[in-house]
Formats: sequence, C-alpha cells, structure tokens
Amino acid sequence: MKRLIWSVLLVGLLAAPAIARDTPMNVQIRSAQLRANPTFLGTLVSTLDYGAQVIATDARNGWYYVKTADGKHGWLHQSALTTKKVSLQAGASDVATTASGQELALAGKGFNSSVEADFKKKNADIDFTWIDRMEKIKVSAGEMAAFLRAGQVQASR
Amino acid sequence: MNISLTKIQAVCAALLLGTGVLMSGCSTVAKGVAAVGETAGVITPQQGESIRKVGDAVEKTFADITPEQEYYLGRAVGATIVHKFKVYDNDEATRYLNLLGQTLAAASSRPETFGGWHFLILDSDEINAFAAPGGFVFVSRGMLRLCKNEDDLAAVLAHEVGHVELQHALRAIKSSRLTSALTTLAMESAKSLGGEALSQLTEAFEGSITDISSTLMNSGYARKQESQADDVAIRILGDVGYDPHSLSRVLTEMQKHLKPDGHDFAATHPPPMERVKYLNSLLGKTPAKAIPAVRTERFQTALAGI
Repeated sequence: MKRLIWSVLLVGLLAAPAIARDTPMNVQIRSAQLRANPTFLGTLVSTLDYGAQVIATDARNGWYYVKTADGKHGWLHQSALTTKKVSLQAGASDVATTASGQELALAGKGFNSSVEADFKKKNADIDFTWIDRMEKIKVSAGEMAAFLRAGQVQASR
Repeated sequence: MNISLTKIQAVCAALLLGTGVLMSGCSTVAKGVAAVGETAGVITPQQGESIRKVGDAVEKTFADITPEQEYYLGRAVGATIVHKFKVYDNDEATRYLNLLGQTLAAASSRPETFGGWHFLILDSDEINAFAAPGGFVFVSRGMLRLCKNEDDLAAVLAHEVGHVELQHALRAIKSSRLTSALTTLAMESAKSLGGEALSQLTEAFEGSITDISSTLMNSGYARKQESQADDVAIRILGDVGYDPHSLSRVLTEMQKHLKPDGHDFAATHPPPMERVKYLNSLLGKTPAKAIPAVRTERFQTALAGI
C-alpha cells in the first residue's frame, strides 16, 4: 500500500508542469490579458495576440510572469500559454518552418475558419448570427470588480 | 502522387480504424506501413515521415485539441443549440448573465479560452443549461426561473463553467473522428489544406458536432463528470464569495419541478437529490453565507421579464 502511495506521488511529481527559468512560451488564444498581478482581477497591462512569443521567468498558482519581445512584462494565466510552437493560419508563410512532428496538430490547422466555412456551406440551416453576437459581449476586469463590489460579494478566505 | 497518397491514407485509416487494435498498437502499425512503403519505393521518405506522424497523431485524442480548434467546435455546437432553441433576446438580462458568468469563469482554472467566455439565454420553459466547448454557455428561461437569487444562478453557471474547464464536451467526441481528422492533418503535412483534405476535415468536424450536441441535449454526461463539475462549482463559488450551498438549493428546487419523463435536465442529469447528498457530504459543516438584499434586488431587476 505504501509503495502504491509512493508511486502515485512520484507520478504526480513527474506530471507536474515544471517550469525552468526563462522558458519560451507562446500565446495559444486569440487575445491574452497581460496583468500586473497574478489574479483575474489584476490590472490589465496589455493584451497579447495569438502566436506571440514570451519568456516565462516565474510561475505562481497557475500564472506565469512573462517578458515579451518588445519589453512588456506581467502575469499571464497558464490557460493562455503553451510551450508548443504555435503558428498562424494554414497557408501563412511561417507554417512550413514551424509545423513539424508532434506540433503539427497545433499549427493553426485542423478545425479552423476554413472548416467552419465549409460546415456552413453544407449546413445552411445552422445560423451563426447569435454566436457572433454573443462573442461581442465582453466584461472587463474592472467591470468584474465593480460587479462584485456592488453585490457585496466577498470571499471569506 | 496524390492518388497514391490517398491510397496510403486509406490503408492507414483501415489499419488504424478498422481493426480496432489498441491505440498503442496503431503507432507501430503506421510506422510499419511507412517503412514498408519507403523500402518498396512507393513513397518518398518525406511521405514516410508523414505517416509516422499519423502514428503519433493517433495516440492523441481530445487532449490534443488546441484552444483554437475547441473554439471552432464550440461555435458550431452553440449554433446547433440555438438552432434547436430560440434565443431570449433581452439586452439587460443577457448583460447581467455575462457579468456574473464571465466573472465566475475568470475565477476558474481556465480563465482564458481562445475566444473568451460568453453566456446566452434560451427562450425555453424547459429546465436546461448547456456548455459548448471553449466557453459558450446557454441557460434556459426555465432554469433561470428556478433561481431565487444571484447565488443560485451563480451555482448553475459555475457548474457549466466546470464542464468547460474539464473539457467534458470534447471527451464526447468519438475517438475515430479525431483519428481521421489528425490523419488528414498529418498526411497534409505543412501544405495548406486542399479540397479533399478540407472536406475530410469538415466531415470529422460535423461528426464531432453531432457527438457533442447529442451528448449535451439527449444523453447527458456520465455521473462522474457531473460530480466533477459540481466540485468545480463549489470551488469557484467559494473563491469568488458566493454561498457554496446555493448549488444544493437549486438542485432541490429542480427536483420539485422536473417531469420524470421530460426531455430536459431530467433526461440528461443524475437525480438532483443524489447530487445534493454528495454536495452535503462535500461541504460538511461549511456555514451558509448570507445573501445581502442589494444583490437579490439587482438579480430580480435584471431578470424581471424571465
């Protein structure tokens, strides 16, 4: 039993994302929010676009402290980042150089806008208008903080 | 050359999909096919390499779907949901839902998705809520009516956020669809997608949308996935500052209104009281949090037309 617990612990340790200092990472979402503090209500420093490269120098509770090529720095949530290479849409000039081996599926290919366009052609009755509309509804960190304050929502911890 | 590629692809697909061998065996098979093909001079080493990648690709499943691909799946699943249910077009209610929902999502373990988190109300009396991949969340008017205050609604939304965070919808995709999609990708190498490859990908895409939509709207998730989403909901509610007991409260309310043979929540979820029992064991003696009047007032104002 003890051995089992130790093996589980060991596997857990190996599986934990270990970030060495100065790890290059890429933004894997459309627009990532660079924050002054490692919290979702942290002040926005800047936004980084899909495919932007950053260097992670510190990690804390799911957030990475990163530097960008043009000298910006701040905290990005790990859900915005990947250590895998990210390239732009298929057909873009950098695809050939960055899409290789196991990174292939990550290369802006697969289910993308061309596939959606093809899907729409074959399923003309499926209307995306409301999906486009709902995507425009955005709430900023400032609005979230104000919303929580006005509703007197406060974590007790 | 295209013809032979297609042939090899077909052989691969047959070997990989048809035989039903264990996933770990597929890679070996694909690599074997590549080696034989190269030796026979039927394919170039580059194409052989492509096929070896197929083997590697096969071992990947939903976990290898990128946030961008998840986003496109989510859009199409969302469009399928609003095709079945009409949207409740009310700016004030929708804005309020997004203020609450996006705030809860920001406190999840996946605050950042490719296209962000977005919430919409379905014009349906059924008691329902759906979370499409990537953070497109839909709640019915019937479900909103069950909620007595903001904390109740927060519990419903946090549960849906849990499904997205844990990528449950992606797990509903049959692995054969991803296999065929990834096979197409690997065979296409770094070229931009041609007509045939695009149509194969679209087929895999359509299949994936069907898999996810029918799981969301007809069969439902596994009980374990529901309790995992409940776990996430409790964590988010606590982290943000809502009453963690609100989820049990909504479920108890749901129990009163569910029609046993209904097509809504009753059909796709475990019995509410079963989940309440689990939640009670989870929360133990955690005290309930008081809900200030000002919070309930804004909830009632925003959802007055519901």
